[in-house]
Amino acid sequence: MENKLIVTPSPHVKDGVSTSSIMMNVAAAMVPAAIAATLIFGVRALVLVLVSVAFSVFFEYIYRKLMHLDCTISDWSAVVTGMLIAFNVPSTLPVWMVILADAMAIIVVKQLFGGIGDNFVNPAIAARIFLLISFSGRMTTWADPINFVGGPVDAVSGATPLAILTAADAKVSDAPDMINMLLGIRGGSLGETCAIALLVGGIYLIWKKVITATIPVTVLVTVFVMSLVTGLNPWYMLVSGGTMLGAFFMATDYVTSPVREPGKVIYGIGIGVITVLIRAYGTYPEGMSFAIMLMNIVTPHIDGAIKKMPFGGVSK
Amino acid sequence: MPSEFSKALNGVKVKHCKNTSASESVRMPVPDRVVIPMIQHMGAPCTPLVKVKDTVTVGQRIGDSDAFMSSPIFSSVSGTVAEISDFVTSSGAKCKAVVIAADKEQTVCPDLQPPVVNSHADLIKAVRDCGLVGLGGAGFPTHIKLNPKNLSEVKTLVVNGAECEPYLTCDLRLMLEQTDKLVKGIEIVKKYLELDEAIIAIEDNKPEAIAKLTEATASMDGVSVKTLRSKYPQGAEKVIIFECTGKVVPEGKLPADVGVIVDNVATLTKIADYLETGMPLVEKLITVDGSAIAEPKNVIAPLGASYKDIIAFCGGYKTEPRKIIMGGPMMGIVVTSDDAPLLKNNNGILAFDEKDSVQEPETACIRCGRCMRACPFNLAPAQLDKAYRSGNVDKLRALKVNLCMECGCCAYVCPAKRDLVMSNRLGKQLLREQSN
Repeated sequence: MENKLIVTPSPHVKDGVSTSSIMMNVAAAMVPAAIAATLIFGVRALVLVLVSVAFSVFFEYIYRKLMHLDCTISDWSAVVTGMLIAFNVPSTLPVWMVILADAMAIIVVKQLFGGIGDNFVNPAIAARIFLLISFSGRMTTWADPINFVGGPVDAVSGATPLAILTAADAKVSDAPDMINMLLGIRGGSLGETCAIALLVGGIYLIWKKVITATIPVTVLVTVFVMSLVTGLNPWYMLVSGGTMLGAFFMATDYVTSPVREPGKVIYGIGIGVITVLIRAYGTYPEGMSFAIMLMNIVTPHIDGAIKKMPFGGVSK
Repeated sequence: MPSEFSKALNGVKVKHCKNTSASESVRMPVPDRVVIPMIQHMGAPCTPLVKVKDTVTVGQRIGDSDAFMSSPIFSSVSGTVAEISDFVTSSGAKCKAVVIAADKEQTVCPDLQPPVVNSHADLIKAVRDCGLVGLGGAGFPTHIKLNPKNLSEVKTLVVNGAECEPYLTCDLRLMLEQTDKLVKGIEIVKKYLELDEAIIAIEDNKPEAIAKLTEATASMDGVSVKTLRSKYPQGAEKVIIFECTGKVVPEGKLPADVGVIVDNVATLTKIADYLETGMPLVEKLITVDGSAIAEPKNVIAPLGASYKDIIAFCGGYKTEPRKIIMGGPMMGIVVTSDDAPLLKNNNGILAFDEKDSVQEPETACIRCGRCMRACPFNLAPAQLDKAYRSGNVDKLRALKVNLCMECGCCAYVCPAKRDLVMSNRLGKQLLREQSN
């Protein structure tokens, strides 16, 4: 034997799942919604997604390079963050604002806290809230969906269904019907509107065992129940705003959600309750991102509270 | 009280890679030289009983110890003692090793004769004289295991034929080829320990063994065959006890404390063999496999034979080996050269090529929770890893690192490729140092 033998601790076989394969699956699961966004809001939606991904990866690369840290762009997490940021903005948003949000998410929220695994809130959520508070006007300037038959209609500045419904003088008749809501033919952030595409992606993630169904199911059930309690249309609440995007793609971020299943139930219920309370009683028409960020922050406490006695363990 | 467990324990589905299932065991020729270390068991090392230039015979006692926790060692060949060398075990312990130049005559030690066993005490003495240790991998001296303090409370023998490690098929071959001896061994232990029942536990990926043992034990009272789902680590002691009896071995207790003794099929077969022939433990049936081995097969090899000689008998290396493991791929330990000798508790030699040997570098934990879902004992490997790396002894204690059996499920599923088992091993050591 010419070379020395390799010495490593057991186990000597692995199951082949890696951080990058997980993140690639998440990115793949968002492709249907990205396609839907392009069909609904036009090519500009796709451009924003691509720009956001490119700059997220760029910021991650350049930060790690300047700080003399290992390059982590190959783990695909920056790609996922970039896609999520674009999904969370209206298709009309100026490109530079998206790039600013990418910098905020990757550099401030993710890398300054230690990079992947150490951020305490979901970078994409923080970026969305940052944009919403900084540029409220632009963040709520919605393009009307393309009329499938007649091409783009530029009725800009339309209200989202949630804004219509949760306004003081709500008239249900002004909001789109359920079929359009499911297909995503409505105003809203570019990646959040097509409930069906998001559902397909979410089910893919569960099927691929990237996520368990616990968080999405508890979020959706809680939103439904809380909507009944607060007098909102529960079915409508499930498919409007960022409910679907949040439940399947944002709330399930590993780093910022509880690890044990009972913890995920508490976390999911928390998100559902806060979301509907903001929608029903808050100043903002939409509460999903605030709800997720708040529950991100309490995640370490939820994890600390959920203790599981090991097999054969004896309490002392 | 230990917590109640009503549901199945976690674990992982591993690729079985049981390539040698159909390979009948073959005895390899006597090598020119054997190296027989004086520690091949859990416990105190033996002292060599022979000197350089002494003539030795097969089955001659060449090492023993007065310590309670030890097991005598016998020569596997006839020949001349060439050297008493220094040896370092895989765990870093230092001991002597008797190096014997074989004369290839295989002259049997004239003193050997089948022991007379009429009582539990006779059996314990015989098992010690056989040099028997747990052949499944742990190497716990069998005469101590079969002689628990609370013997009258022990009612159940679990016969471990799970063989849940990938690649290894030697227990399967033994169950098929030496069925009668295995059944005899079970009968002997059940009789002299006055046990109520014996449960032979086999994973469902070995239907031939299940069928054969079901048939062989059909007329026996209190002996049954239990089919286990194929899931790693079904063969781990606490797991197999739970699967077969529903009992949970509490922290710091032994299986005997819950009325159960677990023995590997190979161990029980050897008991019957010793009582019949009087030949102590001098050879071992092992699986030789892996991507670098030309002709994977099940081999009966003399103890102390070098891996190099054993592998040469299996057609040598197909490609350059980059990693050689003693045992299975989940819990096996690497050796640093193929000069390593075969020990009592080895049940496999795996040699892998470059592709199967290189480990990916560790990256940051992404808190995916896969390790927690994989751990059969519900431990939190990611948190233990963090606690160990930050030297947090209190946290290690609170998270019960001491319960980790190092089965490797957590590291097997970790997408960040973290050495979680190593952290737990070192965490346990840190805890021991702190409590001393």
